[in-house]
Amino acid sequence: MSTAIQEPEVQETPNYLNAEYGWKSWLFTKDHKRIAVLYLISISIMFALGGVFAMLIRLELLTPAGDLFNSDTYNKIFTMHGVTMIFFFLIPSIPATLGNFLVPMMIGAKDLAFPRINLLSWYIYVVGALFALAAIVMGGVDTGWTFYTPFSTTYSNTFVITAAVGVFISGFSSITTGLNFIVTVHKMRAPGMTWGRLPLFVWANYATSLIQVLGTPVVAITLALVGLERAFHIGIFDPAIGGDPILFQHMFWFYSHPAVYIMILPGMGVISELVTCFSRKGVFGYSFIAGSSLGIAIIGFLVWGHHMFVTGMSMYAGLYFSLLTMLVAVPSAIKVFNWTATMFRGSISYETPMLYAFGFIGLFTIGGLTGLFLGTLGLDVHLTDTYFVVAHFHYVMVGGMVVAYLGGLHFWWPKITGKMYPEGWGKFSALLVFAGFNLTFFPQFIAGYLGQPRRYHAYAPEFQVLNVMSTAGASVLGLGFIIPLIYLLWSLKYGKPAGNNPWGAKGLEWTTQSPPETFNFPTTPIVTEEAYAYAKHEEAHVG
Amino acid sequence: MHPVTPVRTYVLIWLTLTILTFVTFYVSTINLGEWNIVVALAIAGFKMSLVIWFFMHVRTDNPLTKLFVFAGFFWIGILLVMTLGDYFSRSWMPLGKFW
Amino acid sequence: MADTHAVATEHSSPHLRHHFDDMHQQFDSATFGMWVFLLTEIMFFGGMFGAYTVYRSMYPEAFAATSNFMNPAFGAANTAVLIVSSLTMALAVRAAHLGQQKVLQIMLVLTMIFGAAFLVIKGFEYHEHWVDGKVPLFPGHWMWDGPLAPPQFAHQAQILFCFYFFMTGFHALHMIVGLGIMTTILVMARKGTFGPDYYTPVEVSGLYWHFVDIVWIFLFPLLYLIGHTKNLV
Repeated sequence: MSTAIQEPEVQETPNYLNAEYGWKSWLFTKDHKRIAVLYLISISIMFALGGVFAMLIRLELLTPAGDLFNSDTYNKIFTMHGVTMIFFFLIPSIPATLGNFLVPMMIGAKDLAFPRINLLSWYIYVVGALFALAAIVMGGVDTGWTFYTPFSTTYSNTFVITAAVGVFISGFSSITTGLNFIVTVHKMRAPGMTWGRLPLFVWANYATSLIQVLGTPVVAITLALVGLERAFHIGIFDPAIGGDPILFQHMFWFYSHPAVYIMILPGMGVISELVTCFSRKGVFGYSFIAGSSLGIAIIGFLVWGHHMFVTGMSMYAGLYFSLLTMLVAVPSAIKVFNWTATMFRGSISYETPMLYAFGFIGLFTIGGLTGLFLGTLGLDVHLTDTYFVVAHFHYVMVGGMVVAYLGGLHFWWPKITGKMYPEGWGKFSALLVFAGFNLTFFPQFIAGYLGQPRRYHAYAPEFQVLNVMSTAGASVLGLGFIIPLIYLLWSLKYGKPAGNNPWGAKGLEWTTQSPPETFNFPTTPIVTEEAYAYAKHEEAHVG
Repeated sequence: MHPVTPVRTYVLIWLTLTILTFVTFYVSTINLGEWNIVVALAIAGFKMSLVIWFFMHVRTDNPLTKLFVFAGFFWIGILLVMTLGDYFSRSWMPLGKFW
Repeated sequence: MADTHAVATEHSSPHLRHHFDDMHQQFDSATFGMWVFLLTEIMFFGGMFGAYTVYRSMYPEAFAATSNFMNPAFGAANTAVLIVSSLTMALAVRAAHLGQQKVLQIMLVLTMIFGAAFLVIKGFEYHEHWVDGKVPLFPGHWMWDGPLAPPQFAHQAQILFCFYFFMTGFHALHMIVGLGIMTTILVMARKGTFGPDYYTPVEVSGLYWHFVDIVWIFLFPLLYLIGHTKNLV
C-alpha cells in the first residue's frame, strides 16, 4: 500500500481528532466530542465485562444441577452482571457517548454549557468503575444488583460497601451529565432552533436528563445509608432491631424504576432519528413523540411500587401503583405507533441502522407489553421473581436499548470517525443479534411462566430444554456483539472516507465535515426549517 | 443579571427570619398536641420561601427557574406522599398494620 | 444576524468562555446550572428526611424520649447564626454586583466567620452527645439508660439518633464545602476579579450557601423542637 501517494486524500482537514495529539490533549480535553470518545472506550470495557458474567450465568444454566459454581459464587456472578451492566453500561451508554457527541451539534452550539464539568463527569465515572472493579477483584458482591436489606446490610459476607461506593460515585457522573444537558438545551440553542424544531434525539436526552437529576440523588442517599449501616453495625433497615426493609425498597426503587427510563429514552430518541432518515419522511406526530418523552419521564416517577407488590406493601398502594403502571405504557405506545406511521408510505431502505431500528420496534413492543402483564397485580403474584421478569427486562434493555445503541453507533459512526463501516458485515451482525437475542430470551418467558425462579443456580429438570436454547442463543448474541467490535475498529484505519452526509440525512450535525472540527461549526448556524424536512418524493439515496 | 435589591430589603427579611425563629422556639414550649409539628413546619416553610424569594433572587428570576424550583419540591413530595401512603394505608387492611 | 465572532469582540470580557455568545448567556447558564444542582440536593436531603419521617411516624413515643437529649438552645443558636450568615452572603453578592470591593470582602469574611461559628457550636453539641453516650455509631458511646430513657425504646432511639447524626453530619459536610468555596471566592475577590460585568461565581456560591441554610431551617424544628413540650428538660 503506497501511503505516500494516498496521504493527501486521507482527511488532513483539521478536525477534533487531529487538532491536538498526545495523552494530555485527551485526558485534559474540554471538547465534548473527545469526552464522548473517552466514554465510548470506558463503557465498552464495562459492557465486555458484563458480557463475560452473562456467559458464566448461561454456562451454569446449561444443566439443571448447580454443578459449575456453588450457589454463593453464582450469586456473585449475577450480581456483578447486573451492577456492571446497569450502572456502568446502560445508564451512561447513549447519553454519555452519542448524547455528549451530538447534542451540542444538533442544537448548533459549540460545546455543552459546562465543558469542564463534562470532563469531570468522565473522571467520576472512571473512579466509580474502579471501585466496582475492586469489589469484583477482591471477591465480589452477592446481594443482587438490588442490594436488598437486611441481607446487604447485615448478613452478606461480601464487599458490599466497596460496590455501593462505586455505584454512589458513578451516580454523580450521571447527575452531572444530566445537569449539563438540561442547561445546554435551555440556554444554548442556535438562532431559529426553537423547541419545536429540536431533533427528537435531543428531546429524548433532555427528558432523560430530568430523570437523572431528580432520581439519582435518592439512590445515592439510600446506598449511603446501607453503607453506613454496614460500617457502624446499626439497624436502619434491619427488622431485628426496629428497622424496615420495605423502606429501603421504597427508596431504592424510587430511583431504580425511573432509571429504566434513563436507559430506554435515549434509545427511543435514536430510533426516531433512524426511522425518519431511512424512510425519507418527516416524523409522524413530532409533538406527540416529544411530549411522550416528557410524559414517560414524569409518570415514570410514580410507578416504583410495582417492584414491591408481594413484599407486604399495602394493597391500596399496590392498587395505585398498578394503575399508574398501566398509564406509563401509553406514551411508549404512542411512540411505537408514530414510528410505524412515519414508515407508512415512506421510501424505506434497509441499511444496518434501519435493521436495528426494525429490531428495536419489534423487540421493545414485546418487552413493553410483557411489562404490562407484570404490572397487573394478580398476574404479578405468579410471575414475580421468575424468569418471566428476566425475559421482560432483557427484551426492553437488550432488545430495546442495546439494539438502539448499536443502530445509533452505526448511524453516526461516519460522523464521529469520518469512516464508513463495512455495510455487509453490519447487516450480517444485525441479523445475528436479532436471531441470537430471540433465541436467548424468548424461551425464558416460557420457563418463567412455567415456574423457573430467577437468581437460582439450579432448576427443575423439566426446564432444561428451554435453558439450553437460551444458552445457545447467548452464544450467537455474543458473536453478534463481537463482530461489530472488530469491523468498527477495522474501519478506523481501512474504512471508506465517509464525507459530510453519507445517509443524506437532515440535521445540523450532517451539515458539517466528518469528523467535525473542534468547535463544530465555522459560524453559528441559523435554523430556518423544521426538523426532518425531507422533500416529498425524495429519491432513496445511493448507499 | 438581576436588578439590585436594596440593603433595606435584605435587612428586613433577616429580621423577619430571626423573629420567626424565636416564634418557632416559643410555640414549641406550648403544648398544642398534634398541631406542634404542623405549626413548626409551616413556619419553617415560610422562612424557606423568604430565603428563596429574596436572598436567592427567585423573585426577579425568569419563569424557567421558578418552574425548576417548584419541580424540586414537588418531586420530593412524590417520594414522601406515595411512600407514606403505603405505610398509612396498611392499617386499612385486615392484617396490615406494621407497627 | 451577525456571526458570533463579531458579537464577541463587541463586548468581549476576559471572563467570557469561548462556547458562550455573551456574558448574559454565561451568567444565565451558570445560575440555572446551580439551581439544577440544588434540585439534586433537595432530592438527596429529601430522601433522608423522608426516611426519618417514616420512622418518626412509626415510633412517636421513642421519638419523644430522644428529644429529651437534644439541646434546643444549641439548635436555636445555630439557626440564628446561619440566618445572619445568609444576610451577609446576600449583601456580599450585592456588593460584587455593584463593584464595591471592600464591602464584598468584608461580607465574605463575615459569612465565613458565622459559618465557622456554626461548626464550632455543632462541635460542642456533638461533644456533649459523645460524653453523654448518645452516639450510636461507636460502641462505648451509646448508653440508653436513666429516668428519661425508657428501655423498651432502646432500638428505636438508636435508629432515630443515627438519623440525627446522619442528617446533621451531611449538613455539616456541606457547610465545610461551603467554607471552602467561600475561601476561593474571597481569594478571587481580593484579586479584584469581580465587578458589575462579572460576578457569576459570587452569585452561584451565594445560591449554594442559602440552600445549606434552608436545609438547617428544616432540620432545627424537626430534630430539636418537636416533642419538646412532652418532657421539657
